[in-house]
Amino acid sequence: MTLTAEDHQAAAAAIRATRARRARRSAIIKHFFLASCTLIMIYPLIWLFMSSLKPDNQIFGDLSLWPSAFQWNNYPEGWNGLYISFGTFFKNSAFVTILAVIGNVVSCSFAAYAFARLEFKGRTILFALMMMTLMIPYHVVLIPQYLLFLQAGWVNTYLPLIVPKFLAADAFFVFLMIQFFRQLPRDLDEAAMIDGCSPFKIYWAIIIPLSLPALATAAIFTFIYTWEDFLGPLIYLTDIHDYTVPLALRSFLAQDSVSQYGQMFAISVLSILPIILFFVFFQKFIIRGIAMSGLK
Amino acid sequence: MASVSLNNVVKSYGKVEVIHGVDLEVVDGEFLVLVGPSGCGKSTLLRMIAGLEEITDGTISIGDRIVNDVPASQRNLSMVFQSYALYPHMSVRKNLAFGLTNLKMPKPEIKRRVTEAAKVLQIEELLERKPRQLSGGQKQRVAIGRAIVREPQLFLFDEPLSNLDAELRVQMRVELADMYHRLGTTMIYVTHDQVEAMTMATRIVVLRDGIIEQVGTPFELYNFPQNKFVATFIGSPKMNMFEATVDGIGAVLPDFGTLALHVDDTWATKISVGIRPEQFALNGSGETSSTGTITLVEYLGSEVYLYVKLPSGHVVLARDNGKATHKAGDSITLSITASQAHYYGENGLRMPLFDEANS
Ligand SMILES: Nc1ncnc2c1ncn2[C@@H]1O[C@H](COP(=O)(O)OP(=O)(O)O)[C@@H](O)[C@H]1O
Ligand SMILES: [Mg+2]
Repeated sequence: MTLTAEDHQAAAAAIRATRARRARRSAIIKHFFLASCTLIMIYPLIWLFMSSLKPDNQIFGDLSLWPSAFQWNNYPEGWNGLYISFGTFFKNSAFVTILAVIGNVVSCSFAAYAFARLEFKGRTILFALMMMTLMIPYHVVLIPQYLLFLQAGWVNTYLPLIVPKFLAADAFFVFLMIQFFRQLPRDLDEAAMIDGCSPFKIYWAIIIPLSLPALATAAIFTFIYTWEDFLGPLIYLTDIHDYTVPLALRSFLAQDSVSQYGQMFAISVLSILPIILFFVFFQKFIIRGIAMSGLK
Repeated sequence: MASVSLNNVVKSYGKVEVIHGVDLEVVDGEFLVLVGPSGCGKSTLLRMIAGLEEITDGTISIGDRIVNDVPASQRNLSMVFQSYALYPHMSVRKNLAFGLTNLKMPKPEIKRRVTEAAKVLQIEELLERKPRQLSGGQKQRVAIGRAIVREPQLFLFDEPLSNLDAELRVQMRVELADMYHRLGTTMIYVTHDQVEAMTMATRIVVLRDGIIEQVGTPFELYNFPQNKFVATFIGSPKMNMFEATVDGIGAVLPDFGTLALHVDDTWATKISVGIRPEQFALNGSGETSSTGTITLVEYLGSEVYLYVKLPSGHVVLARDNGKATHKAGDSITLSITASQAHYYGENGLRMPLFDEANS
């Protein structure tokens, strides 16, 4: 018995059809699953946004997501709800956050380059010490740090929030970058050395452009963390003119009179926008960087 | 162009010494090939010359300048890496121009050199591409281009062809040799492939375990290997080695019997006799013979290699021309002539019995 050409074709068509059916079924299941997860993740944001449009008495009184009446003026009223406009707070937050991002990216990459590529005395010990700082809980250093800055006369300025970022104080990002730099081939450094580069030029012209994913990761996380930071500004900033957005938002929850929840949620929605924009912009570098590192 | 000289160069990694006092003079304008088995220290030696590796002891000079403390960037040399080491984020054009920009060379001059190198290497249409969009052979050309635009006084190559397929390797070998003849710059070339070494070198340095075994022209290395290691390392397929005992009238080989030699009393009682596959006479014309069985035939077209099992069980390799019709299982008579063989004393050093007559 032999198989004819028609038999082969028929069998192939049958197999193709089964595969297509299976692929479609699994795609439906996957999409359904992912969509459900997305909904769960995004629900609080939807709730926040909807609440920002509700009248105050509906927010906690009524389970419906849909506002009974759209209170769009929660936004302008919230913006000017404190006796200082939120423009000031957004400016303050932007100032602190942008400097923190720059500081972290620059100083952590410097430190990481030194650890990953340069030979110097005490490198191993310094690296171990740095890694140990990762294991100390923030709350343990909080008070000594406060006293330090108090003695330096930096309390009630932005310096305690910014200066440490320029000193590579975030060991996690240093570590992240060290790991990234280490996987770049050393041949590239050596070729650059022969091409006349100083160690700084190698850092600047070779290592940095090839490490955009790591730098973007550090930038995104620093941005989110600093923008959202409540504790730091709460401790070091006392003058309301210097407040960052999270601190100012807190002021809506008045101790004495009725809290303006609708206005607070409206400003909360606005306060999230920069994070989303920053993320959307910088995550491109992560993807592009990963695509580019077709190293070899 | 420059000469390079190594004086008692030593390299240790921690406590482990990997280069044990190398002396070497590289003549201005020569194509010197460092060859040796993997791990023998070729790359280390080259990288010390390049300035990428610290010199533990001894001195290296390029031209008239001792360069031990001169950084790589100021040694005026170019290096081609096995991995090519092209900058992945720069276009081919930028890769070529990078070193020149660092030298603060005027823009028009950079452009001229890049264009010219691209033309010579036939990579003009690739100039705007990124390295990841190139094939292995094209990357290789770019890497070579990056080395030549510098117009350095010294070129260093670390196994530049070992990532290429066989055909490209042969082609690039020819092009490199061409480039050498055109530029006339001193080149030091590291390889573990002795065919590359033999075909391109003005002189070859054979290295083993951080020690120079022999320096010489390809002809000298092939015909007068100075010790047993070089004898078996150079030449592909390998030289056959026989352990022989010396008696009053010559060397007694297993299977072949006595090979008549002028023995004198400085000789040890045991010597090694080396015979290259092509040095066996297959027509019985030699001085002493042995008949064995062919166990394997490797047909290469122009020639054929025969694995022959001799009566003692020793398998030797013999060569015949490609027209011969041998089959596995055939019996064959191999014979040897005393003046065609290589002799090594008990210390592994060459005994120059017929060298004068043969050179
Ligand atoms: N950075 C290093 N640290 C320790 N040992 C090394 C280092 N680089 C090379 N070696 C050792 O030195 C010897 C020579 O290496 P290498 O020069 O790379 O050999 P090859 O001849 O294959 O190029 C090897 O035994 C290798 O293990
Ligand atoms: Mg090597």
